[in-house]
Amino acid sequence: MQTLDKDEAVEQATFDQRISDEQKIEPTDWMPDDYRKNLIRQMSQHAHSEVIGMQPEGNWITRAPTLRRKAVLLSKVQDEAGHGLYLYSATESLGITRSQMIDALQSGKAKYASIFNYPTLTWADIGAIGWLVDGAAIVNQITLQRTSYGPYARAMVRICKEESFHQRQGYEIMTVLAHGTQVQKQMAQDAMNRNWWPSLMMFGPHDSESAHSSRSMGWKIKRMSNDDLRQKFIDQTVPQIEALGLDMPDPLIKWNEERGHYDSGEINWEEFYQVINGAGPCNYQRIKHHKAAHSEGEWVREAVRSYRQKQQDKKTENAA
Amino acid sequence: MNNTIKSNEQSPLYRFVLGLADDSVVLSHRLSEWCSNAPYLEEDIALSNIALDYVGRARMFYQYAAEVEGKGRSEDDLAYLRSEREFTNLLIHELPKGDFGFTMVRQFLLDAFYNLYLTQLVDSKDETIAAIAAKAIKETRYHLKRSEPWIRQLSEGTEESRSRIVRALEELKDFVGEMFLMEEWETSLVEQGIAIDRAALQPDWDRYIQGFLGESGIEFGDAQLQIRGGRNGIHTEHLGHMLSEMQYLQRTHPGMEW
Ligand SMILES: [Fe+2]
Ligand SMILES: [Fe+2]
Repeated sequence: MQTLDKDEAVEQATFDQRISDEQKIEPTDWMPDDYRKNLIRQMSQHAHSEVIGMQPEGNWITRAPTLRRKAVLLSKVQDEAGHGLYLYSATESLGITRSQMIDALQSGKAKYASIFNYPTLTWADIGAIGWLVDGAAIVNQITLQRTSYGPYARAMVRICKEESFHQRQGYEIMTVLAHGTQVQKQMAQDAMNRNWWPSLMMFGPHDSESAHSSRSMGWKIKRMSNDDLRQKFIDQTVPQIEALGLDMPDPLIKWNEERGHYDSGEINWEEFYQVINGAGPCNYQRIKHHKAAHSEGEWVREAVRSYRQKQQDKKTENAA
Repeated sequence: MNNTIKSNEQSPLYRFVLGLADDSVVLSHRLSEWCSNAPYLEEDIALSNIALDYVGRARMFYQYAAEVEGKGRSEDDLAYLRSEREFTNLLIHELPKGDFGFTMVRQFLLDAFYNLYLTQLVDSKDETIAAIAAKAIKETRYHLKRSEPWIRQLSEGTEESRSRIVRALEELKDFVGEMFLMEEWETSLVEQGIAIDRAALQPDWDRYIQGFLGESGIEFGDAQLQIRGGRNGIHTEHLGHMLSEMQYLQRTHPGMEW
């Protein structure tokens, strides 16, 4: 018993040293249980967000207004599915299976980005999502390229390369609408207004309220605090709103010379917790859709398993 | 007898290219409906990818059709501002996506068809058509490499999957004959070395499909001409619903940039 504890203390010290030396932790390395759990929580949540995010955007693929827009949107949503896939595999390296993660998503145990619990009501939402939601995701993901867990950091490097295209296509949609007819301009303004606050909420609660933040920062899973990331996003986005010639979605947005940042209004935290806890406009619909697709696909997965088993049996028979 | 609206004044080349464009856009719509609905995340990706290949084909064919027509219309005018009676896709492309088995069986039948068709179309004397075909045949070979193992696995997987495959074949049987039905104006283009004699592809197609399915003990008869009309704008009831969805923004807000 004593030796075990001693070994564990040595392992812990080695782990701590590696974290402090900015070395990556790899799947076969020893890691504290809580570090592993925390990573599984964050990475699976990230994977689920990519997957659930396909629904609001997929909602416009068959109604995209031009063939070029349709092609761009299809390839964007396809990228998001790909991100979900690498993130699921990266998370599997921590000793959990994809189907366990999917169960957790469907039972509500695992979360996904609450932005996807809002509806995409008009075509302009597709612009606003690419611009604001992917924009916010990039701010966060760029810092995660330096996260301490190797497979997660590498997944982020790959994903970030594609995200900048996502944001550009969204901003381009907004630019065309903002410079279009009155109807289009209104569509753009409305979509921005509706998506603005939920995009700020993507960064999570204030640092002082965040349950996981400080521990994750200590482990270098998170590299920048929620509030700092949110400020960074606001600072980069306000000039883009000006460039589009749209009205600010928040009347309190104002440059603060002293801080060197934009000031802005307070998020409606009641809404934030309400949506996180399952009562957003589309929470029920998103999970219901996911479950329906998954259960409709069961016969296919069963057929694949059965076919593989039969092939395996044939091989064994031939060998015998 | 000619049932197509305004078709008399359209040149054979325009009608030919337009038909290929309509085939592609309509199939891509059906494939894209799988996004977020597939049995595996990998299939969401794969089906979106095939849908994307077909949008790409649609754009190239529409651009060329617009050029041949010479009335200053764009690819989007052709895709978004023609009605169901003006669409000239072969009917098999427009059938609702059905279950995963139906989608894969249709794709398999079409991949096998395009594999034969495009292999010849790359030699079209029309350089633009030949170039589009050269790009498309590479995609189609890859699509067929994917649909073959799917049909095999589902045919030999479980009793349920096999019965779904058999049912899909039954539902599609009436629509395959039209793939080999030549229109008069298309025949004139064959004589000029521009189009392909689709009717002549049928024996190879029959042999391939029957051979492949036969290995899994599934019988499928020779393609027979049953339901027809797509190339003349006579469709199933499904197309109108598809177009009302696809064209909704362009129709609601005419003349805008997007
Ligand atoms: Fe993503
Ligand atoms: Fe993205």
